[in-house]
Amino acid sequence: MANIWRIAVRNLFRYKRRTILTLSLVVIGIMFVTLFIAVTGSFKSMMIGQMTDSMLGHLQVHRKGYLASIDNLPLNLNLKLPAYKKLEKRLSELPEVEAYSPRIKFGGMFSTFVETTNIRLNGVDPDRESRTVPLLRSRVILGGEKPLEKGEIWIPELMSKSMKANIGDSVVIIATNQDGSVNGKQFRVSGVLESITGPGGRDGYLHIEDAMEVLRMEEMEVSELAIRLKNFGALGSFSSKLEGLLTPEISKQGKPIFEVHTWEGLSPFYNIARMIDLMTFFIKLMLIAIVLISIMNVMIMAVYERIREIGTIAAIGTLPGKILAMFVLEGLFMGAAGAVIGSILSGVVIYITNLVKITFDFGRQTGLVLSTAINPTDLLTVCGIVIVVSILASLQPALKAARMDPIQALGHV
Amino acid sequence: MELVIAKDLTKTYGSGDAAVSALRGISFSIEKGAFVSFIGPSGSGKTTLLNLMGCLDKPSGGRLAVAGIDISGFGPRDGARFRGKHIGFIFQSFNLLPVLTVFENVEYPLVMVQDVPASTRKERILGLLDSVGMMDQKKRFPDQLSGGQKQRVAIARALVTHPELVLADEPTANLDRDTAQTIIRLMKKMRQDLQTTFIFSTHDTRITDEAERIFRIEDGRLKSNGNSGGGGHG
Repeated sequence: MANIWRIAVRNLFRYKRRTILTLSLVVIGIMFVTLFIAVTGSFKSMMIGQMTDSMLGHLQVHRKGYLASIDNLPLNLNLKLPAYKKLEKRLSELPEVEAYSPRIKFGGMFSTFVETTNIRLNGVDPDRESRTVPLLRSRVILGGEKPLEKGEIWIPELMSKSMKANIGDSVVIIATNQDGSVNGKQFRVSGVLESITGPGGRDGYLHIEDAMEVLRMEEMEVSELAIRLKNFGALGSFSSKLEGLLTPEISKQGKPIFEVHTWEGLSPFYNIARMIDLMTFFIKLMLIAIVLISIMNVMIMAVYERIREIGTIAAIGTLPGKILAMFVLEGLFMGAAGAVIGSILSGVVIYITNLVKITFDFGRQTGLVLSTAINPTDLLTVCGIVIVVSILASLQPALKAARMDPIQALGHV
Repeated sequence: MELVIAKDLTKTYGSGDAAVSALRGISFSIEKGAFVSFIGPSGSGKTTLLNLMGCLDKPSGGRLAVAGIDISGFGPRDGARFRGKHIGFIFQSFNLLPVLTVFENVEYPLVMVQDVPASTRKERILGLLDSVGMMDQKKRFPDQLSGGQKQRVAIARALVTHPELVLADEPTANLDRDTAQTIIRLMKKMRQDLQTTFIFSTHDTRITDEAERIFRIEDGRLKSNGNSGGGGHG
C-alpha cells in the first residue's frame, strides 16, 4: 500500500501547478465552509445563550393551552397551587435540572403620576430566577446592584426613557385580576433593563409576592415555570422525558394539565437558527460541488494523459484493483491534503478574528463581539465530506483506467 | 521441453463483411530457453501473435499454450495474473514509468504484481541493474536517460520477476543501429544467464542475425518455420 501511495503522490506532483490549483480550490472551499459555520454557529449560540440565560430558560412548563394565548397573558390559564406543587415535586426528583423558577406573568398599567402606559410584567422569586436565568442581572444597565426586593420594580430601558422614570422614582402598577377587579400598588424603580430580541425581551420584573398582591391572589398561581438544565446539549431528550412524566397528570375533566416547550418553541429566533442551519447545509452542498468538479476534472485529465502508462502497468500484470486503487488514492490524497491544510488555515483565521474582536449589531443590540469558534465535530464533518467526495470524484476515472484494454492503451498516441 | 505451443491459431477482428483476419491458422512450438525472432512486414500479424502469447488478447480459434497452460480462454483478470507470474514485456517505446527512478521502475513488478518482500527485492534488482549496466544510473528518472539506457532498464524490469518468457515487440525500433545491436546482444546475454525464453518481433533484418530461430510471418501466415537463424544457441 505504501508503494501505491508513493506512486499516487508522485503522479500528483507531476503537474505541480495543476495540483496546487486544485488543492487551493479545495482549501478555499473548506475555509469558506468552516468560517461560515464558525461565524454563524457562534452567532447562533450567542443569541440562543442570551435568550435562554437571560429570559426564557432552557425550557418552560405551562398549563395546557397557555402558550396559544400567551399574547393576552391570560390569568385564568395559570397553574393552580396543587398543580404547581405536583410539578415542583417532579422537577425536584430529576437530576438533570439545575434550577427552576416560577413566574406570574401579567399585563398592567404603568404610571409615573405624570404619564401612564401599558407594561408586561413578570413576578419572580429573585433568587430562583437568577439561578434559572443567570444573565438576567447582567441586563440591568442602571441600578440593580442588589437583587430585586419586595416593593421594587425593574423596568425596560425604552420605558425608562420614554416615561422619564429613573432609578429611585416611585411608580404605580395597576392591574386587573382574574375576577375583573382593579388593584394598584406603588413601587420604587430599582433597575433599568437592557432590551433584548425575543419574547419577554421588553418585560418588567417585580417580586412574585408583589405580583400576587397586585393580582389579589389568595394562594400562589404560576403562569410559567422556567427550567435550567445542567447540560444544555441534553435538552431534547430531557424535554421528551419531562413530557412523558407530565402527560399522565390530567385534570378532573380528563385533560392534560401541563404543556412543555423548549426555547425553540418559545422564541421566533428558532426560525432564524433553522435558516442558518439551512444556509450551512447549502454551503456544504457548494463545497461538495467544488470538490467533486475540481477533483474529478483533475482525475479525468490524469487518466487521459496516462493511457499508455496504464497500458504498460496492465501489460506487466498489475491487477485492475490495484490500478483502481492507484487513481483513487490520488484523489483521496488531494482531498485529505486539502482537508488538513484547509482545517489548519481555518483555525488560524478563526484565531485571528477572535484576536481582532469584530463587533456587530443585532436588532437593538449594538457592539456584540463576534466570538468565532468551531467545534471538532463540525470540522471533522467538513473534512469527512471532502475526503468522501474526493474518493467518489476519482472513482469514475479510476474505474475507467482499471477497465482499460491494455492493447488499446499501449497503442494510444 | 516446449514452452510455447500454438496450433491452428487464428485471430479475426470485426465480423461479417468488415472482418479482418490478422492470423490465419498458425502452428508452431518454441522450446524453453530459445531466442526467437518473428519477422515480417508491418501488418503481417507479428504484434497480434505477441499479444496472444502475452495474454493481452484472445485467439479467435485454435489453441495456444504457454508454460504448459492453455491460455486460449483466459479473460482479462486471469490474463493479468498469468502475465505477472510467467511473462515479461519489453516495449518499442520503453514504457518506463516517468515518476519512478530506474531502481523503482525495476522494482515495480515485484511490488505491484508479485508482492515480493522488501528483504529479497533489493538484492535481485541491484543484481539485474548490474547485469544490464545501469547500476550507476539507478537513482535517475527516465527523462534523464538515453533511449538505449531506457531499454536496458526495460529489460531489467522484464526479467526481475524471473519470467519463463520475455516478449519484446520491436524492441529496437526506436534505437540507432549500434544501440539496437547492443540491446539485442544484451537480451541474448540475459537469456544465457537466466535461461529465460526470449521472443521478439521485428521487421529490421539487421538485428535478426542474432536470433537462433526466425519465424517469418506474412499476411497472417507462417512462411518459414523458424528452423534457420544466424546466432546459434549460446
